[in-house]
Amino acid sequence: MMIPDPIAAGLAAGWKTLDGARIDDDVHLDCDVVIVGTGAGGGTAAEVLSGAGLRVVMVEEGPLRSSRDFHMLESQAYPQLYQESAGRKTKDKAINILQGRCVGGSTTVNWTTSFRTPPATLAYWQKHFGLADYSVDALAPWFAAMEKRLHIHRWEKPPNENNAVLRRGAEKLGIATEVIHRNVDGCWNLGYCGMGCPTNAKQSMLVTTIPAALERDATLVSGARAERFLLSGDKVTGLECTALDALGVAARPYKVTVTARHYIASAGAIGSPALLLRSGVPDPNGTLGKRTFLHPVCVSGATMPHAVDGFSGAPQSIYSDHFLETQPIDGPIGFKLEVPPLHPVLAATTLCGFGDRHAEEMKDLPVTQVVIALMRDGFTEQSVGGAVELRNDGTPVLDYPITPYVWDGLRRGLDVMAQIQFAAGATAVLPVHEDAAAYSSLAQAQAAIATLPMESLRMRVVSAHVMGGCAMGADEKTSVVRPDGRHHHLENLSVFDGSVFPTSLGANPQLSIYGITARNASRLAKELAARPGAAASAPP
Amino acid sequence: MVAGVGYGLATHDSVPPADPAHTFVVLDDEGRAIVAAIAPIMLAGALPDDAPAHDAAVVQVVAGFDTAVAALPLAVQDEVRQLFSLLGFPLTRALAAGVTTSWSSASADQIAGFLRRWQFSSNALLRSGYQALHQLILASWYANPLSWRRIGYPGPPAVK
Repeated sequence: MMIPDPIAAGLAAGWKTLDGARIDDDVHLDCDVVIVGTGAGGGTAAEVLSGAGLRVVMVEEGPLRSSRDFHMLESQAYPQLYQESAGRKTKDKAINILQGRCVGGSTTVNWTTSFRTPPATLAYWQKHFGLADYSVDALAPWFAAMEKRLHIHRWEKPPNENNAVLRRGAEKLGIATEVIHRNVDGCWNLGYCGMGCPTNAKQSMLVTTIPAALERDATLVSGARAERFLLSGDKVTGLECTALDALGVAARPYKVTVTARHYIASAGAIGSPALLLRSGVPDPNGTLGKRTFLHPVCVSGATMPHAVDGFSGAPQSIYSDHFLETQPIDGPIGFKLEVPPLHPVLAATTLCGFGDRHAEEMKDLPVTQVVIALMRDGFTEQSVGGAVELRNDGTPVLDYPITPYVWDGLRRGLDVMAQIQFAAGATAVLPVHEDAAAYSSLAQAQAAIATLPMESLRMRVVSAHVMGGCAMGADEKTSVVRPDGRHHHLENLSVFDGSVFPTSLGANPQLSIYGITARNASRLAKELAARPGAAASAPP
Repeated sequence: MVAGVGYGLATHDSVPPADPAHTFVVLDDEGRAIVAAIAPIMLAGALPDDAPAHDAAVVQVVAGFDTAVAALPLAVQDEVRQLFSLLGFPLTRALAAGVTTSWSSASADQIAGFLRRWQFSSNALLRSGYQALHQLILASWYANPLSWRRIGYPGPPAVK
């Protein structure tokens, strides 16, 4: 059976696309709105704005790949579809960050987990950042619209065993779990969401909003790195991009320039602050690139007495918010519990140690179960996140020092996960830390966890959620953009992505980005479509 | 010059066999010798037992390591080159890594000792050097379908 590939079909039908790796001259484009980045923010904005009759150009650093290219191989997916081959690091190398870099951004490679922004997070934003309109009720229609658009629904099939262990263990301890909502339509339950969905069941930007925009005559430029916005007074007057080679590593000697009425940064919470920093946008209060959050994650492995096969089946279907909801948001750091998929490269590089011990742990892959604890950072003065900086060559690096406040949560996370795994019948639990071993009883594990040195590059810390850096807020002294995503100081620049969140979320971010971008892009579309110079075709 | 003295005393590494299908982008002869020496220790217990298959696997790990680094941002590639300069230059190889012979003639114990010292070093830079080697060598091997049977990974399902 041959799976239909909507991208291949669209290209054959004449979509306007341009690949930086293939152009052989400079290119200039003119449009109403240019969007840098095609992830959750950029993809949603492209559909909304093209739907209002505006001429849209999308610029993506990564390549255009689609289901015909998605072979469920880590060796192909990580270098082609992820930032820094899925090995992006914080400045001190202590945290490994999984982030997409391809058309569709992280939505092409995420694990489909979808949550509305938690009410406690919205209440905090309303109280501390002047985001008066960001109430549960005011945002509900935007989330509902995007849930409908992307087929987000409660996962209907039984969880795979990796997820089922989290549920069984938690329930034995009286810890509530719930079923995850996923943006899938006709999911085959294969388990390879992280390598690009081979069946197009995942309703990522790649197969939904971006094709919709291209059908409305938008232009997609892939393989081109947005270098800077050109500024004049309080306006952006152009966008300069560099064509990249086929690997997406080295610059080619060609430029892509775009002029537009309005400019949108949707390059993610590392990319967007970096683009604004390179552009020298006004930053009188030094807020740009600051307060970047990661949901720092710690990892606990367990050996089960039966097959788990964590490489197979929907990667995330069960979660627990018990340790977010049973304590105040501004108290000791809370955490969400989920599980990750267990494929060979991801497992091997996450496990600590080397030689025979590591080889034995890998041999147990089919009976290995893993839980992760995601720290809700950004809600106290002991957790102000990181800062995006530029290297000498202009590429970004995130400096994220792990504070004692965060270490405390990471240690508690290991303890809780060991309890859950033993309660579910684990024969051994391995906190993922260079100094740890596999412990065969809860007492041993807890004694070890209590004394493991919470130190960078000894304790394994990872992240798949980058948020903040272009915080939205009413007060320009503590934010970068207004509550509607418009820049405080440049009249025709908006930021639509996870960088606008003034804290982390306490939830996987994609649906928050979809809903909030839909809201803000709709406001922008209304304004741009009403102004002289708007395209003739009015929205339906 | 210290550097000249160091090089004068060095036992030069022999160039390891290379995967003929691979054109090296980042690793030079010395870098390939370093990875070819460290990989069998990092991957002890994970590589095939049979000697020719073992050696062929190491050749593929070295090539995969180079492929992985070549896909990283140029600034990160520079950091990897710096790490390999430190490991390759005999004086710093001896001082920082504690390996007093050439990499290709270092014993398994010497190399394992080096890895453990860096793994648990009080110096975060050395720990990050260990982590870089760990990530790149393990990723290179476990991305390779040759590694999957031993760990019970069936590979991706057929869908098309």
